[in-house]
Amino acid sequence: MAEDSLTLTRLRNKFAANILETHSFRGDDTAIIHPEAIVPVATCLKNDPDLDYNFLMDLTAVDCLNLGTTHRFEVVYHFFSLSKKHRIRIKTPLGGKSPQVDSIASLWAGADWYEREVWDMFGVKFRGHPNLKRILMYEEFEGHPLRKDYPIRKRQPLIGPGSPGQPSSQ
Amino acid sequence: MFSQGFFTSQLEKAVGWARKYSLFQYPFVTACCGMEYMATASSHYDIDRFGAGFPRFSPRQADVLFVVGTINHKMAPVLKTIYDQMCEPKWVVAFGVCTCTGGFYDNYATVQGIDTIIPVDIYIPGCPPRPETVLDGLMKLQERIQHSRQEF
Repeated sequence: MAEDSLTLTRLRNKFAANILETHSFRGDDTAIIHPEAIVPVATCLKNDPDLDYNFLMDLTAVDCLNLGTTHRFEVVYHFFSLSKKHRIRIKTPLGGKSPQVDSIASLWAGADWYEREVWDMFGVKFRGHPNLKRILMYEEFEGHPLRKDYPIRKRQPLIGPGSPGQPSSQ
Repeated sequence: MFSQGFFTSQLEKAVGWARKYSLFQYPFVTACCGMEYMATASSHYDIDRFGAGFPRFSPRQADVLFVVGTINHKMAPVLKTIYDQMCEPKWVVAFGVCTCTGGFYDNYATVQGIDTIIPVDIYIPGCPPRPETVLDGLMKLQERIQHSRQEF
């Protein structure tokens, strides 16, 4: 196996206890970390001048219901450094009925809407988020449609004027 | 007095004739069908030949609501409000398969046919419908207007 990149080495030295696993495939680095460590790890990635990850490219989640894992969800972060031209993927496993992880919206403002989308679609709560409400679906929507146990044929009642329980707008 | 140049008709038929050839449309365009709607409206297919060449972007001034493109649950209240704001007489055209049945968006977010929200007069299927199909639908709507009871 090739030598670890600067980022993975730095992370392993600094957060040894919270790094569950790392791997590197054709130059793409991935670190799987303990969910409690997401804010310190993200802070380090952003503020360490050698790493300088100033761009949050993506923040999403995976529902591992049918993947045979012990955890139910994974939240996935993709960071890129515009100055150093390197990137890293951070994954963190979450379990339980109401999965939660700390928000990184205070570090990257762009995380705000990503975290709202993950909340909307997967029902993962982000602690400390400034305004964690649905972003794509409407407030009356029940459930989180990208969860693997959301019934594929399930249809929800129409909302707005003229729908059951609502006066017509006429 | 009536020596030349007059004809007799029934008032209802005359009103129907006038209405079917002066259709002011409200294009409620949400998706890719809008491209086909524009093609139909432009010079090559020229929807103006049928007296329906004048889109109005105020529902108060429109006769026909063209629902062009996918309607999702979040958009449904807006569509219903636009329909309610239109003055009588009014007609609705479901343009494209998404508005007819939901199309291949058979999912949690999409309204499975706009006739679950508002009454529809003409369904134009297709993904998207060819301009010829749209003109055919328009002519069917005109026929319907001509033969319906005119309230005035």
